[in-house]
Amino acid sequence: MRGLDEMALRAKDKTAKLGPDIDLDAYGSEPVPHGYVEDLDVLSEADKERMILAGVDAEETERSGTYVQKDTSVIHSHSRQEGLEVIPIKEALKQYGWVRDYYWKLVDVDADKYTARAQLDLHNGYVIRALPGSKVIYPVQACMYMEKEGLSQNVHNIIIAEEGSELHIITGCATAAHLQRGLHVGVSEFYVRKDAKLSFTMIHYWAEEMMVRARSAGIVEEGGLFLNNYICMKPVRSLQMYPTTHLAGKGAVARFYNLLVGSPGSQMDVGGRIYLKEPDTRAEIISRAITNGGNIIARGDLVGEVPGVKAHLECQGLILNGGSIHAIPELEGMIDGVEMSHEAAVGKIAQDEILYLMSRGLSEDEASATIVRGFLSVDIPGLPTQLKAEIDRAVQQSDKDMMM
Amino acid sequence: MLQIEDLQVKLGDKEILKHIDLEILPGETHILFGPNGSGKTSLLMTIMGYPQYRVTGGKILFKEEDITHMSVDERARLGIGMSYQRPPTIHGVKTRQMIEICAKEEVDVEALAKKVNFSEFLKRDVNEGFSGGEIKRSELLQLMAQDADLFLFDEPESGVDLENIVLIGNTISELLQRDFRVDSEKTQKERHRERTKMGLIITHTGFILDYVTADKGQVLFDGVLTCTTHPREIFRCISRVGYEECIRCAA
Repeated sequence: MRGLDEMALRAKDKTAKLGPDIDLDAYGSEPVPHGYVEDLDVLSEADKERMILAGVDAEETERSGTYVQKDTSVIHSHSRQEGLEVIPIKEALKQYGWVRDYYWKLVDVDADKYTARAQLDLHNGYVIRALPGSKVIYPVQACMYMEKEGLSQNVHNIIIAEEGSELHIITGCATAAHLQRGLHVGVSEFYVRKDAKLSFTMIHYWAEEMMVRARSAGIVEEGGLFLNNYICMKPVRSLQMYPTTHLAGKGAVARFYNLLVGSPGSQMDVGGRIYLKEPDTRAEIISRAITNGGNIIARGDLVGEVPGVKAHLECQGLILNGGSIHAIPELEGMIDGVEMSHEAAVGKIAQDEILYLMSRGLSEDEASATIVRGFLSVDIPGLPTQLKAEIDRAVQQSDKDMMM
Repeated sequence: MLQIEDLQVKLGDKEILKHIDLEILPGETHILFGPNGSGKTSLLMTIMGYPQYRVTGGKILFKEEDITHMSVDERARLGIGMSYQRPPTIHGVKTRQMIEICAKEEVDVEALAKKVNFSEFLKRDVNEGFSGGEIKRSELLQLMAQDADLFLFDEPESGVDLENIVLIGNTISELLQRDFRVDSEKTQKERHRERTKMGLIITHTGFILDYVTADKGQVLFDGVLTCTTHPREIFRCISRVGYEECIRCAA
């Protein structure tokens, strides 16, 4: 631990490579105590409503476990299924030696000032683990909720799908309706063991003055599948993340889907990088970005290191009403025998599509809305129906806002 | 009734329709012939209301309403439906959803799809990777749900294989209330008399005439309607000597 602290201390002022620099001192980091609740039902209706928008259901219908953190405090954490562990990371670090084998093993603690802060001033976070061979039928839900104005919420999450297991997680980050300004620093490390399947769907529901810096990395072993979906359709001042995944075993697969909507004043810099290090690995990054006044940078980088890998990158952007989209798709083939492709397009809604729908009886606004909804609705193979429904709902919601 | 009077249309700076007069009475179906580039599709698009086809003179009346400057969706709601030759793909919108959009009220999508042998395509994005024949069946399916009063068909038989041309022909017949139904309580004569649906069909090959009866044929040549007579007669003339004769007629 001391070693990590020392490394973090040295990096505590280190500017990140991407995204506007944030003055960390401008945000409070003192613990904000909230009592633990046995039953999420006691939460205020207002809080529950915001959480639902980010896909977290206080009723826990069709969920196999729940983790809820409010500001700096864990207010609920439990598993409803055998073979599934949901533990606050601070508790896990104290009680279980094995967590050390996963902690800061994929993300460098001294990567930048944000990783440093997550080490030096860790509030909490979760460890979610599916034990070998266990199939978690319903998704596990995790919520990072922010209520305290001007807080910097620093979390570290570890997600492990052990050999042969199947795990689906929906994680919602949301802010209380009144919250304006805050900072969320989140470190996440993903481990997908041999023949395991992990889907991780993150829905962000921030506030207009929120700053977000996420630092995450994952590793997928032989025959493993990692599906990573990221949805952010609400205003956020500045959001930057560039998760990295290593396909480190034969036949490992990773698919990233990013759905972004940039509102006026929002700056989003979101990407994904996948290293294909073993034969027969497959990677796909699909990004759909819409701006109606915000600035979006959509990145993607695929690195093929051995022959016999297949990778595809797709960046599509729609500019509806001002703003900008900068698509930066990158392919790095390091050797003979890789198959890699990308397509990128930034444009507006095609007039012929609008007229086609109008000739079927839709008004111009209805036609645009239908096209936008279609643009954001990507088929994600392997995603449980509950999570598909959550994504659809987020899309419907954003679509209502956009068309106002 | 569709009534087109002295219609003049420009696409960009180019005059593409010149003083068109055309009348389609309730229950009538017309076939529109003409060489490539003569303005056939432009005429259909103008009737449908595509804004790039700028009406510079004349007017279009439909059901006694002046629709010359109506928007596309208003015309659709008034009862005009079009089957496109090359409709755009709409990503993320399933064919099933499109059928529901077309229908003014609830429809049995499955049953309609079955009729044009299209059930397995309902879950696909509209027109995404469809072959020529699949596009035609998808368009017909949409029109069946839309239940228009005036149907505009832009080359409904192009790109369709022989197996499907019968299906497409018969479906168009049915849409235009021109199918034979010996099992109907009404006699064919009564059904003919009660026919209200109107059709305007562009054909290049004339194959569609084997399946759809029509009342009149029109030849559009260089933006001008040059003759109006029996469609079979026009077809026979064009088959024999091509559009040469139309040039003579237009001169």
